[in-house]
Formats: sequence, C-alpha cells, structure tokens
Amino acid sequence: MIFRHIAIGASALALAACGSSNPDLDQTGAQPDLPKQRQTLLPTMTIATPAGWNGEAPRAPAGFAVTAIATGLKVPRQILVLPNGDILVAEGMGGQDAPTVRPKDVIAGYIKSMGKTSVKGGNRVTLLRDTNGDGKPDLRTEFATGLNAPYGLAYADGNIYVADQDAVIRFPYRDGMTRAEGPGVELVKLPSRINHHWTKAMTASADGSKLYVGIGSNSNIGERGLDVEQDRAQIWEIDRQTGAHRTYASGVRNPTAMAINPANAQLWTVANERDELGPQLVPDYLTSVRDGGFYGWPYSYWGQNVDPRVHPQKPAMVRAAIRPDYALGSHVAALGLSFVTGTGLGGNFAQGAFVGEHGSWNRQDLSGYKVVWVPFANGRPSGKPQDFLTGFIKDGHARGRPVGVAYDPVGGALLVADDLSNTVWRVAPVRP
Amino acid sequence: MAFPVALFPSALLSDVTYVKTAQIQWTNFSAWLITGALLFGGFALLWSAIVTWAAREPMERRHNGVVTVLLALAWIAGLFNAFQHSHDGWASVGTMGVVLSVLSTILALAAGWVGQSHGRVLAVEAGR
Repeated sequence: MIFRHIAIGASALALAACGSSNPDLDQTGAQPDLPKQRQTLLPTMTIATPAGWNGEAPRAPAGFAVTAIATGLKVPRQILVLPNGDILVAEGMGGQDAPTVRPKDVIAGYIKSMGKTSVKGGNRVTLLRDTNGDGKPDLRTEFATGLNAPYGLAYADGNIYVADQDAVIRFPYRDGMTRAEGPGVELVKLPSRINHHWTKAMTASADGSKLYVGIGSNSNIGERGLDVEQDRAQIWEIDRQTGAHRTYASGVRNPTAMAINPANAQLWTVANERDELGPQLVPDYLTSVRDGGFYGWPYSYWGQNVDPRVHPQKPAMVRAAIRPDYALGSHVAALGLSFVTGTGLGGNFAQGAFVGEHGSWNRQDLSGYKVVWVPFANGRPSGKPQDFLTGFIKDGHARGRPVGVAYDPVGGALLVADDLSNTVWRVAPVRP
Repeated sequence: MAFPVALFPSALLSDVTYVKTAQIQWTNFSAWLITGALLFGGFALLWSAIVTWAAREPMERRHNGVVTVLLALAWIAGLFNAFQHSHDGWASVGTMGVVLSVLSTILALAAGWVGQSHGRVLAVEAGR
C-alpha cells in the first residue's frame, strides 16, 4: 500500500520534471533523430485507462468502412487468414511466471495493469467464417482449446502451427475444418523460463519448409542478470519436419510480429526496443532480418549507441550490431505486421505493410495506439509511415489497443485484433 | 528505530558488493533493504514526531526533535535512493546510489546514537 502512495507521489514529481517528448524530432524512417539519453529519477509511466467504444469504431481513411467482426473474445492477439478465407484468432495472456524480484516490479505491474483488459486470456484459437461473403462472419467456433498463452500462428502445407508461450504445437488441417482433431502435437519446446517477454511471434518461410519464431528478452535491459538471457532476444529458424532449430538472428530485444515480404521472400520483423532512456528513446523498428545478424540488444541500440546500463559492456558486440532498416517511433509498441499481396487494398495501399501499434506506457504524451501503413517499393520501405486506423484514444482514455494485423487476400480487407476491447476489427474498401 | 539503523547500512554493504561484482542480485537486495527501512523507518519517524510534540520537558523535546530531524533526513535520502535503485541494470546503483546509501546510513546511525544517548540522559535524570 505504501508503495502505491510513493509511486503516485513520485510519478507526479517525475512527470513535472520531464517525460514529455519534443515534437520537432522525427523518429520514423531509415534515419530517426535520436536525442541524448535521459534517465529520470523515476521512469515516466502514463497509461491510458480503458473506456468503452459505445457503438463507435476506429477511424479509417476515406473510402474504407470499419466493422467489428468478432466481439467478446478473450484477449485476441494475432490473426491468421487460412487459404479458404477462414480467420483464426489466438487468444491468451502469458508471462505470469515472471517473479517479482524488486519493489519496482510490484509498482510497475500495478500501473501497467490499469491499461489492460480485466478479461482472462482464452488460451484458445477461435475460428471465424464468413459463409455468404458479406464480410461479416456468421460461424464462430473454438478451433483449439487448452493452449498455453498462444500468440504466433502459421499455416504450411496442410498444417496449422500455434506458438504457445513455451512450445510450437502442430495441428493437422483439412480445408473446411472448424475444429482441430485432438490436442495437437508438440513440434519443439521454446525458451520459457521467467518469460518476461512471453509472446512467441511466428511465421512460415515462403516455401513453407521453415518456421521463424521470435523469442523476446527476459528483461528490459538485463536487470534480471544476463544468465537468464540465454536463448532470448533471438529469432529461431525451425525445421518444420524435424523440429530442429538454430538461431537465425540475435540481439533483437523483442521480436513481436514477423512476416515474409512477398516481393522477395525475405523475413521481416517488428521489434520493441528498450525503455527508461527517455520519452524518445529507443525507437521501435521494422526491419528485414539477416541470417546470423546481431541487432544490438542489450549492449547497444540503433547500431552503435551504447547502453550504459549493461555491465560489463562488450565493445566488440557493439561494433557488430546491425542498424535496423526503418524506425516506427519510440514506445509505440509495434505488435502486428502484415504485408499486402497482389494489389493489396488498392490506391495508396497496393504495396507495403501494415503495423499494429499497441501504444506507450513509458512517456507522458501517448504514442502508438493505432495501425500505420508503411509503403514499400522494390521490396524496401519507400516513405514515411501513414496513419491507417486511428481513434483508439478518446479524451485521454484508450478504447482499444491494436495487436496483430492481417491482410485478408480472400476478403480484400485488413483485420486488426484489439486486446483491450476484445474485438477483431475489419477494415475494407466501401463497395460502390 | 532499529529497522532503519540496521537496514540502511545493510543496503550500503550490498551496494558496495554489487559495484564490485556486478551480480544483479545484490542491487535487488539493496532495493528491498531500502524499502524495508523506509516502511519501518516511516513508523519510527511518526512515533518520534508524536513523542517530540507530546514532550513536556524542554530538554526532552529538544532531544526528541534532533532525533526526528535526523530520522526525517535519513528517510528522505532513502526515498531518493529507492527511486535510484528502481533504475534497471548497472544504472540502479552508480555514484548517486552509493552516495545516497552512505548519506542515509550516516543519518540513520546518528539518529540511533542520539536517540540512545537521550535514553541514557533520561535514565540518569530519573535516577537522581
């Protein structure tokens, strides 16, 4: 109880001191402005507390309509569109095993919980089917249940793969199935000790032979000790047949969503960067992932910017760190990534990727809380991110928080999971 | 009173160990020790303030006042130190953390020393 009073009094003090960002800094694109590090006495924590939609919906650009195609879900995270147009939604909440090791964990956990849903994670995958093609699903089933905080979803060659917080599970799949037969088969165990960042993002390679799984770090910046960071902050490449795995990339603090770029079959990821260096450090990013690449965590960020909170430091690792391709902005918490295929959503949205931004806690002025569009040309980002779906914040309260995004080539729409209002939103061009 | 006198110096020791070894558990120990010192030190401070306010003898009031001020200063240094220790990794201690630990240790020990000698003075006076 006394912690809470200390926290509130002191965050007021810290807020008064600093924590607000400078709007003149441009923190998106290939060359983001990086201000000096600023560690405040207390980390700035500003959470948008929840409010209802009251019949309203997020805002999309002119010419698009937004509808809720599933409500009352149990913490929807990532979405997968199957070849026949059926939609799978992973629902769960993990990371409960991370122990409280400092007084701070008690306080920060309490404050962050104020911005989350009170619904318990479903530990299931829900299937949605639109049988008459009107864009509104009319069949809803539990495809798989009894899972352990499922997050990443992938389809390859007659199999559906679900990345629980501790393992990849395979479900044999036939076209038209609405419910998995049996509990699934474990393909490979995933690192799950502590599981500070528990979300296991996943995608299948273009040829379907490999699965890529993102394993987030076990801390913000090594404050649980570097021993527990073995096999963390990595992207694994898993052989789909044998379950054998190797480290594909490392130093990626929290790879929260991955996708294959349809232009060149390259693996891309969004990643959440470290906190508590100031409101405009460190930008979260979108990047192509190089085989064997090291992306800096924990020693440095955005290439060679050294993080003084790591001890002992490793200059050789700092020199080796790859600079990511494209900054999305600091603390936006990118949790969704989906490339469009074919002609995409048409017009300005024909070539590029959508990114779901869950929204900030570690700065005074909120950032993220929207879905942005990153235009691509020749397989690379070709311009600044543009707001695509907004309106999640109203009067300082969060009505929703976007997580996974999925381009639906069958229905010609973008699907967005919202884990605060427990909704899946569908954004589609208005038919004339 | 015994809590801040014991816990602030313990936090100083575990800080020194952390700076020497970089083993993260030591800074976690410090954080809890400082929090404990603040929690129980807060009660001690409250009690000390009440006793000062209620004291009738001017000398007793002055002695208790000194203890209260020292305890209050130790508590404030400890509070800032708790914030410092909430930083992640190597930044949780640093020069500022060690300085604050030394400061809160000295102030807590001084409060304890004066408090005890005050008790002796009272005992001597009572014996007369």
